[in-house]
Amino acid sequence: MGLLDARISNRNVLVTSVDNVMNWARLSSIWPMGFGLACCAIEMMATNASNYDLERFGIFPRSSPRQSDLMIVAGTVTMKMAERVVTLYEQMPEPRYVLSMGSCSNCGGPYWNHGYHVLKGVDRIIPVDVYVPGCPPRPEALIGGLMKVQELIRMEQIGLSREDALKKLAEKSIDPQPVIDRERKAATA
Amino acid sequence: MPAALQQSRAAYDVIKERFGDAVSAFDANETMPFFEVADAGKWVEIALFMRDDPRLKFNYMACLSGMDYPEQNMLGIVCNLESLGVLGHRVAVKVRCSRDGGSIPSVACVWHTANWHEREAYDMFGMVFTGHPDLRRILCPEDWTGFPLRKDYQVQETYHGIKVPY
Repeated sequence: MGLLDARISNRNVLVTSVDNVMNWARLSSIWPMGFGLACCAIEMMATNASNYDLERFGIFPRSSPRQSDLMIVAGTVTMKMAERVVTLYEQMPEPRYVLSMGSCSNCGGPYWNHGYHVLKGVDRIIPVDVYVPGCPPRPEALIGGLMKVQELIRMEQIGLSREDALKKLAEKSIDPQPVIDRERKAATA
Repeated sequence: MPAALQQSRAAYDVIKERFGDAVSAFDANETMPFFEVADAGKWVEIALFMRDDPRLKFNYMACLSGMDYPEQNMLGIVCNLESLGVLGHRVAVKVRCSRDGGSIPSVACVWHTANWHEREAYDMFGMVFTGHPDLRRILCPEDWTGFPLRKDYQVQETYHGIKVPY
């Protein structure tokens, strides 16, 4: 439920819940930490730039973890980088979110077997809220992932744990297969 | 024989004349003609001669790679040298050492490029470069165990409590 759906009287009085206002404010200004690790970072930068223009969602990269709400792990996390990622994550103030972008940070990607130097999934060291598949994901996919983060924030309530919010989000999810089938059918026609 | 190969051959002949049995026979392949340094202890002397002799002038080290020969229980380096903008010829030099605690003299004092290249070869294969000014790992974390590009390398189970294999 967006804030604009709420009824606004002719005296500019707005009646809503505190949760709604907080969530609306937070999901409209997700500030990700400005750091990239590999080729996914190029797509992330392209998404930030004018063609895809993340700033229309209030998403604007910050150069300090202390000012960030969201960590976009964009690229290959090496074993050497893993501890630095944890340090950065720990410096972020709560509530914080993690979006794992691309196959490498999801599960090790092409390095899953012979990449001795690669962490096989960033979720081994920090909790991940949203995974975006792709190698690298297109900007549309990243925006889709960021919309998922927004949905997660929208689910939150004071006194409700992140797990419960995720559970609520899962309950609201739909089966993607009919949508994929429909799109495929439309594409061949 | 192509002209480039003839040039390499001529350069090799100069080195062979000076060092005799310390260098092996010339491998005249067209891709990258090379010779081996049979007496690894003479490698720095040969390198200095190759750089400074007016007939050789190998002023440019294009690459230095590590090698693993598990069948012979040897490690080695391949050093691609070129006389850039002076005489134009090029040749590769191979130097080998034992796989168990072997060492190769460092040529970082001859070509500064060799500094980081030797660190990388050490990082990946574990041969020691004697006389290197700063022989530390360059890519892997400093407390990494094992040398990843050896043929029999097995990745460690955990690193700082993080599981490494898939």
